[in-house]
Amino acid sequence: MGAKTNHDKFKSDGSLAGNALEWVDARFPAMSLWRDHLAEYYAPKNFNFWYYFGSLAIVVLAIQLITGIFLVMFYKPDASLNAAGVPVAFASVEYIMRDVNFGWIIRYMHSTGASAFFIVVYLHMFRGMMYGSYRKPRELIWIFGTLIYLVLMAEAFMGYLLPWGQMSFWGAQVIVNLFSAIPLIGEPLSIWIRGDYVIGDATLNRFFSFHVIAIPFALVGLVVAHIMALHEVGSSNPDGIEIKDKVDDKGIPLDGIPFHPYYTVKDIVGVVVFLMVFFGIVFFAPEGGGYFLEYNNFFPADPLKTPPHIAPVWYFTPSYSILRSVTSDFVIVLQVCVAGLWLWLVRGTSDVKQVIITLAAVAIIVGMWAIDAKFWGVVAMGTSVLIIGFLPWLDRSPVRSIRYRGPIYKGFLTAFVIAFLTLGYLGTQPPSAIGGLVAQFFSLVYFAFFFLMPWYTKIDKCKPVPERVVYK
Amino acid sequence: MSTAGKMDCGRRRLILATAAVGGAGVATMAIPFLSSMLPSERAKAAGAPVEVDVTNLAPGQLITVEWRGKPVWIFNRTQEMLDTLSKVEGAVADPKSEADQQPNSCKNATRSIKPNLLVAIGICTHLGCSPSAKFKKGAEEGMTQDWPGGFLCPCHGSTFDFAGRVYKNKPAPTNLVVPPHTYLSETRILIGEETRGA
Amino acid sequence: MRANVVKRLLLALLVAPTLASAAGAALHLDRAPDVQGDKAALQNGARLFVNYCLNCHGASFVRYNRMTELGLTEEQIRDNLMFTADKVGEPMRVAARSTDQKQWFGAAPPDLSLVARARASGDGSGADWLYTYLRSFYRDPQRPTGWNNTIFPNVGMPHALWQLQGEQVLDHESNHLQLATPGELSTTDYDKQVADLVGFLVWAGEPAAGFRRTLGYGVLAFLLVLFAVSYALKKEFWKDVKKN
Repeated sequence: MGAKTNHDKFKSDGSLAGNALEWVDARFPAMSLWRDHLAEYYAPKNFNFWYYFGSLAIVVLAIQLITGIFLVMFYKPDASLNAAGVPVAFASVEYIMRDVNFGWIIRYMHSTGASAFFIVVYLHMFRGMMYGSYRKPRELIWIFGTLIYLVLMAEAFMGYLLPWGQMSFWGAQVIVNLFSAIPLIGEPLSIWIRGDYVIGDATLNRFFSFHVIAIPFALVGLVVAHIMALHEVGSSNPDGIEIKDKVDDKGIPLDGIPFHPYYTVKDIVGVVVFLMVFFGIVFFAPEGGGYFLEYNNFFPADPLKTPPHIAPVWYFTPSYSILRSVTSDFVIVLQVCVAGLWLWLVRGTSDVKQVIITLAAVAIIVGMWAIDAKFWGVVAMGTSVLIIGFLPWLDRSPVRSIRYRGPIYKGFLTAFVIAFLTLGYLGTQPPSAIGGLVAQFFSLVYFAFFFLMPWYTKIDKCKPVPERVVYK
Repeated sequence: MSTAGKMDCGRRRLILATAAVGGAGVATMAIPFLSSMLPSERAKAAGAPVEVDVTNLAPGQLITVEWRGKPVWIFNRTQEMLDTLSKVEGAVADPKSEADQQPNSCKNATRSIKPNLLVAIGICTHLGCSPSAKFKKGAEEGMTQDWPGGFLCPCHGSTFDFAGRVYKNKPAPTNLVVPPHTYLSETRILIGEETRGA
Repeated sequence: MRANVVKRLLLALLVAPTLASAAGAALHLDRAPDVQGDKAALQNGARLFVNYCLNCHGASFVRYNRMTELGLTEEQIRDNLMFTADKVGEPMRVAARSTDQKQWFGAAPPDLSLVARARASGDGSGADWLYTYLRSFYRDPQRPTGWNNTIFPNVGMPHALWQLQGEQVLDHESNHLQLATPGELSTTDYDKQVADLVGFLVWAGEPAAGFRRTLGYGVLAFLLVLFAVSYALKKEFWKDVKKN
């Protein structure tokens, strides 16, 4: 498969539709696209439940793009007050909710879609971690995926400012202020991002522009790259075996089946089940218990009054917890961790590497004294996301799938999931002393999963991998 | 690996059933999206009937009110102006107002409910400019010597008489539109509704 | 052996988060009766809102004619409820300008279109909050308005419904409210009126909510049918996929 297949062009059977297709295919690779990506794209036949979330992510992307196009017809990015004393942007959202015919469905689909996107993407990423989908030769798919996740976070963050409610305003205020933690350039940088000394009309307008034009372009482009890279090397599967290693005399993988029709009909079922849950929320619980639409965001933005408790939307809370857990005391713990990491890394490498690693470790440890904890919180938060992209090189296990891995990896992965969920939960809660300690502990667990991976994946006792995929 | 050979009847039926149900779903889903583009409640509220008091409208005077964002003329015509209507009947394109450009109550010689009071949308039926008043007879307002008085559209030169009827051989195809309206009392007109309903 | 240690460690991890759920200072809220299905109650709530609230608070996202959904005709709305607008299609704006109000009260009284949605929290629904709030005013000579509130300390608004409820005082030792001077209504009747008013505010927060649920049942029923056919289709095709 891949781009090198050299099929014949489509030949018409003489019918009108056939002639039309022949005309198109002579000028556009219609049939070869169809063959390469659907009819003769051979996918492993043993995909399980976890393999639905890729196609679901595309469905959610489509929902967001279509509903977004319609919302832009009615939404006004304007922070000034209308005659009733309500910001125009806030009022235009309520205009959609009340005055536009069926506007409420479109808006609820978009707001529910934002949360659904993250649910689907988190499950999709977890699938990749469980079955080692990121391992060679799929590193680039994984990197594109990590970039999609990053871009998605930017898209969601900027979109959240647009309703111009209290949480929109103060959430953006807090996040943009993070940039001011960067030494020297921080303060001018955050003013440049806002275009004002506080979050204001200028910020609202540029976030609107990014949210509806720039980031969606980047997102769609990355999704295309992600899928092209996937179809170049072929899909992995729950057993983590290359199906291309066992082919029949025509070169077709023995354990592969054409994506179309088999996975198209299967994914349609998945999409319908997803839509049941999705529309169940849209029609019966659009606020998602205060997590999908935060209650305080029904108050218009008020730059003079901070709500009693600000938490980011749920999908940011794991990262937010990590950010919050880096206090000046916790920095000492981090310094010890960096020192430990240094000790472990300098063993038995070349002299040049030893010097580089030592310099880096010293720089970080000294930097943690010199620059305040706020900055290192931002660094920790950024690292917690970016580190995901390095998984292909951190994992040294001889097997890919969790099915054949040993107890240590399973333990670490479970600890990571618990840490992720706990950090997410704590991020929604107001800060507390004990909660802070628990968050610091789980931040360490979160990073241990990644930084210790080269070590524990090597010493783990793996099971033998079968020759062919397991399909029951 | 052709699927066509394997395509038995049951399979074909299931494909059709799924496509039909799914297609119906997509079509239904399009309804909210397409109807969101129709006038919203705000637009409907702004387009609600407008009440106008004509107590102080002197003979020969024209006032313009806004209804659905369009200029609506309320024109109190003098007897002299009304007299011109029968004289120009041969020169206008649709003297009997046969084209459906007015409510039935105004399908008469003066194109109005009360003979003197013309209610018309002040938008040329050609391409939507607003005609200007040329009430004075003759060339005084830049018209021809035999101009009996009426309206001139500045964009493409269509001319209308005092009942908003378009003259023959002009770009505008039909007479000016008379909007639905009704009298709430002797001097109060409701524009936008033919009967005082709920 | 190793697996056992891992399991025990994981158990400890699972227990840890429960330690973290330190209880915040929860607000005790009374449950508001649900009157959304009762048109007469909602109409009464609309009347109370127009008479007692609309002087200072707008509901600028609610158009007067939307109240036809509460079983009122446009005539009834125009004659009985519409004092701040000329046309029934106009929104329920407050008579006073917000800048004037800012001078009079120090802050413009907030628009109440969304108050029932905004006041929801982990402690209860927005309706519960409003229902409790409107029944928790008490006399406090320390405050410029002479009024205070147990769940909204140092509230800027005086008790707008005091003639109906009467005057409560706070027993600072037990932290309980007591009715010192009875109003026009008995406590039970007052609670019923407040429930209606809150019901109206809940409706105003999302007038489409009733229609939303009705439509939701239809959509889910449709998806169930689509699930049945698409699942049958999947089963049929996957007969081809051999086990080996």
